[in-house]
Amino acid sequence: MATGKVRTSSFSRNFSAAPTSSVPGLKYGPNGTIFLSSGIPDLDKILGGGFHLGSLVMIMEDTEAPHHMLLLRTFMSQGLVHNQPVLYASPVKNPRAFLGTLPTTLVSKDEKSRNTDAEQKDLRIAWQYKKYLGENKQHSEERDGKIEYCNDFDLKKPIEKHLIMGNRVECVSLLDCSNLVGFRDSCSKFLSQFPRYDGNISSAGRIAIQSFCAPQCNYYDKEWDMLSFIRSLKSMVRASNTVAFLTFPPSLLSPSVSKRLQHLADTLLSVKAIPDEDKELATLLTGYQDMVGLLSIHKVSRFNTQVPVILDATTYSIKLQKRRSLVLECLNQAPVDGSSGSSYGTSGGCSTTSKTSALDF
Amino acid sequence: MDRPANLLDEALGLDDGEANSLQPRVGRSVLVEDCVETSGAFVLHHLIKRFLSPNHSSSDSVVIFVAFSQPFSHYDRILRKMGCNLVVQRENKRLIFFDMLMLDCPDVDGVEGGLIALYGNIHKAVEINSLNKNITIIIDDISLLEVAANGSTKDVLNFLHYCHTLTTQFGCTIITVLHEDIYSSEDGFTLPLQMEYLADITIKAEPLITGLAADIHGQLTVLNKGGSDGLGRLKGKIRNFHYRVKENSVDYFYPGSRS
Repeated sequence: MATGKVRTSSFSRNFSAAPTSSVPGLKYGPNGTIFLSSGIPDLDKILGGGFHLGSLVMIMEDTEAPHHMLLLRTFMSQGLVHNQPVLYASPVKNPRAFLGTLPTTLVSKDEKSRNTDAEQKDLRIAWQYKKYLGENKQHSEERDGKIEYCNDFDLKKPIEKHLIMGNRVECVSLLDCSNLVGFRDSCSKFLSQFPRYDGNISSAGRIAIQSFCAPQCNYYDKEWDMLSFIRSLKSMVRASNTVAFLTFPPSLLSPSVSKRLQHLADTLLSVKAIPDEDKELATLLTGYQDMVGLLSIHKVSRFNTQVPVILDATTYSIKLQKRRSLVLECLNQAPVDGSSGSSYGTSGGCSTTSKTSALDF
Repeated sequence: MDRPANLLDEALGLDDGEANSLQPRVGRSVLVEDCVETSGAFVLHHLIKRFLSPNHSSSDSVVIFVAFSQPFSHYDRILRKMGCNLVVQRENKRLIFFDMLMLDCPDVDGVEGGLIALYGNIHKAVEINSLNKNITIIIDDISLLEVAANGSTKDVLNFLHYCHTLTTQFGCTIITVLHEDIYSSEDGFTLPLQMEYLADITIKAEPLITGLAADIHGQLTVLNKGGSDGLGRLKGKIRNFHYRVKENSVDYFYPGSRS
């Protein structure tokens, strides 16, 4: 026991040297976890590699805007590109129609243009330098391989037909479920294809559930049914090689149920639309015109570790680059006249400094 | 072992030194409260390690772990990094692990059946180990137990009261985790209030008011009702300190005491 103690107490952090997974679209992470891409390169980078296999990812919707759909679409498309089976559920009559709106990968020509674009950016003024550090590193690493871990998606072009025609996508309408028992069964049937990895993984799956607690569903008033469904979904997913991606409108739920859901999530994000004419924000932030929304990261899954992930920033702006591909950027405070721009000066080691700005960037 | 003074242990009264550590924490109940922003799980890991580590004064302690929130492998990985092998402890019968991830009690009969069966198992495990041993029951966490019981707060409270009887009957320590922010908004106050009333020690993990920081992960407030220490002094105390979670340990320090 004593020797074991000595050995195990020094933790190793050599995950950067870990071999990349042989299965396309998967990547080894720290603490014996495996990552799967969210479909947005920037989001993967922010989360430290992507979503953990076996995790439950929740997006809190902005009820006034469909920004969660952007994330949902890229998540599903990335799965299809990697040939991973997808289970999609949504509260509409014909969920399969949604598959036609999934984005396709950006072709390499565009990728080059993205590169030159980035090179041009290098010449920008210095106070935004943080954005450009290490940019494109991830891309160049993996472009040599046949299948990239994470693709850029062109939100304007629909996905190739052959990817959605096969039986890889299973669609469930949440309107048909009078209670959640049937849906739970279909989830567990889907999940049984991917038993938990022990060394070698053959494939991974994705579950995408859109607007889980939408009021048009029959089970909407049964709060405890919904909670216990999510709880069992979480434990089923945890015991398999899948990622469940679920969006829900928190404002339509009672605060306590919403909090419970947030506790159940392994990774918790929220999206928010930006009002068109918010003059106050427009003067505060640079690049306000290009933003379509804000993404906040509330919780990052931590499997097999107790150390919380502290991000540089928790709120990112969602931008559409050339109206096609989705990029996330740190919010940058616009330089206020005369003041020395200290937008990043919040780190300070001392905790007792009570200087806190009204906006948490 | 020469262990550096640890604010959490001190606050919990675990660090009484070898001399008067005969049975310092018999029959206590500890409540860990946390919220979405800061998880209090590290407190649990710390306590598990304390109770299972071989150089702990009472090396014959047994931990009964009722896990609703994470699978065994998760805890095993974490505790291994802290220098405590749960697999070995489980084989040595010092850790009794109940994996409750899939426990589900759909209807009224199921609720009672499931919880009664669970209590039966705990009771049996306690009884077997009750001779000359310090038993610690850990429930992680109550909020999920509530979901498993399909929202029946009454049943959950009954279950917890039953578990509390074990503290007096067998001198167990009971440690529970509660996500406190769930109950802050509505009239579901009974559960957290009753839990806090029953608890001798309440440990509350909160984020810093000033927001996230890389070197301070949050603050702990420890309320130790304690009772008297034999000399007639009441030891009830509130302590407040910051912490930083690391892979194999946690740093505790008073606000501003780190440069």
